[in-house]
Amino acid sequence: MTVEVQGIVRRFGATAALEGVSLSVREGEFIALLGPSGSGKTTLLRILAGLEGTDAGVVRVGGRDLTGVPARERGIGMVFQNYALFRHMTVFDNIAFGLRVRAQKPHHSEIATRVRRLLELVQVPELETRYPEQCSGGQRQRVALARALAIEPRLLLLDEPFSALDALVRKDVRRWLRGLHDGLGITSVLVTHDQEEAMELADRIAVMERGRIVQFDTAETLLRAPATAFVAGFVGEAARLPCTVRGGVAHFDPLPMTPLRAALPDGPATAFVRPHDIVARSGDGAAKVRLVRQEDQAPNRLVVQAGDVVLDATSGPGEVFARGQACRLTLRGGHVFSAAGGSTRAQPLAAAMAS
Amino acid sequence: MSAAFRPANQDSALVRWLLVGAAVLVAVVMLVLPLAAVLAEALRRGLGVALAAIAEPDTMAAIRLTLLVAVLTVPLNLVGGVAAAWCIAKHDFPGKRLLVTLIELPFAVSPVIAGMVFVLMFGAQGWFGPWLQARDIQVVFALPGLVLATLFVTFPFVARTVLPLMQEQGRAEEEAAATLGASGVQTFLRVTLPNVKWGLLAGVLLCNARAMGEFGAVSVVSGHIRGETNTMPLHVEILYNEYQFAGAFAVAALLAVLGLVTLAAKTLLERLAGRSTGARA
Repeated sequence: MTVEVQGIVRRFGATAALEGVSLSVREGEFIALLGPSGSGKTTLLRILAGLEGTDAGVVRVGGRDLTGVPARERGIGMVFQNYALFRHMTVFDNIAFGLRVRAQKPHHSEIATRVRRLLELVQVPELETRYPEQCSGGQRQRVALARALAIEPRLLLLDEPFSALDALVRKDVRRWLRGLHDGLGITSVLVTHDQEEAMELADRIAVMERGRIVQFDTAETLLRAPATAFVAGFVGEAARLPCTVRGGVAHFDPLPMTPLRAALPDGPATAFVRPHDIVARSGDGAAKVRLVRQEDQAPNRLVVQAGDVVLDATSGPGEVFARGQACRLTLRGGHVFSAAGGSTRAQPLAAAMAS
Repeated sequence: MSAAFRPANQDSALVRWLLVGAAVLVAVVMLVLPLAAVLAEALRRGLGVALAAIAEPDTMAAIRLTLLVAVLTVPLNLVGGVAAAWCIAKHDFPGKRLLVTLIELPFAVSPVIAGMVFVLMFGAQGWFGPWLQARDIQVVFALPGLVLATLFVTFPFVARTVLPLMQEQGRAEEEAAATLGASGVQTFLRVTLPNVKWGLLAGVLLCNARAMGEFGAVSVVSGHIRGETNTMPLHVEILYNEYQFAGAFAVAALLAVLGLVTLAAKTLLERLAGRSTGARA
């Protein structure tokens, strides 16, 4: 089901939780609302669910204006943070709840069939007679999902659904959830503060900052062309380096780093540089290797100290470092945001220096 | 010789025994002894005498009236207390703090004052007195007055036991029920109420115990008409003042036993509640 959000404003007293948010989600799409706490992402989700009112703006789901439609008539599935399972009911009764409260209640054998099918779908048929307290975090999450899916929603809202899970379980559950979304053909909106989670699960990510959506794009675009300094700093792993632009070149002094070509007006600016664009070479440099990390996913990773800044960097080809060794730092690129406004993808001054 | 390891939150044996001893001493002197004395005094001249004193018509009337007042008061306070707790725990509205304070008012105000207030409002010289008299409605010195006074005094019991439970549980489950299509009534009956049922039962029992035992407020509005507006606690006082010690202690013992039964029922309920949630842990 499509979701259209237009100009949503929501204030709590004097503070505005949402300041004119607009968003358009396609049928069958999986999107993430990503942002730090207090950015308004959960408020937006609760407005979609009908649990929170709006001061201005329109929400349309599947083309239908939902203004004034109470939560119970929206038919939107929601998985709550910490799941909010009914603690005095068995897993079976939890999942059956949405069917039993209907005006035309299905026959109890029909309810039983559907509950069992949902339990199969979320792969925990053995939990049927247990109470929520007797289930692990991962099991509760599956039960909460089955309960939300019981009303056959065309739109599924997920509020930080992985925050209560162990890091080890999380990764598996994410892949499984994405598979489930694809299989059911529903539209899903995920709220998270974890960019890794958003990137792995979502087709597109809406990055939120202080009650606004600052960029709504694919993960790849967010990384390649961040719209604002906030996005550049929040999405992906980037070091934030102060610099000064003079004659189209960003200089990092007093930090011992090579300058970058940046077509921006003269003046102070901020550069966001990813670890693989900070290359360490052995030699008599002003920087020092603090730590050598061995990681499967990111080989040759180093932690270096340059002046009073500690950075994640990458060792140059064929270089092997020991802890405490001096090195030189070369920048291969980055995003530079001028304090006066405007930004650019910065390039090294000479191609030779980047090789 | 090395000293035995002692957990950081445990004091020495001497301190522990002193504290436990002091608590037990207070409990025995202040609670167990008086209760035992009442029972012993009631049965001093045999069970037969005690039963005969209870079977006396005025005493039987007092027992019936006490039970009637409790039967009328407890359900009303059950509904009112749950409604008040539900409003406060699950909704935000202006004046919420004031309502919380008002619920506790009967705990803070002397019951005698509560009784006086009702006399002032509904008595012959009271605000509504002439209006009520013109319609031949008797509130003070009659059953309605007794029920009103008891309602006032026992109102906090249900609300105060249920409110913290509801606050602790928050609103997430109610919100989940709403997204699943449940109406307000369905949510209340299927989610809110079952979650507080054990606390609610405990509150009802306490409310009942107090309703049967209330003296001060009831004393003011009752008028002490024997066989008509005398409840058990008032009857005990009358008998005692008339030097009918056997009767006074027999009724007092009966009242005490009713209270003990209530407490026992509450403890049993708490056990059951502990077991049903403990099994799920």
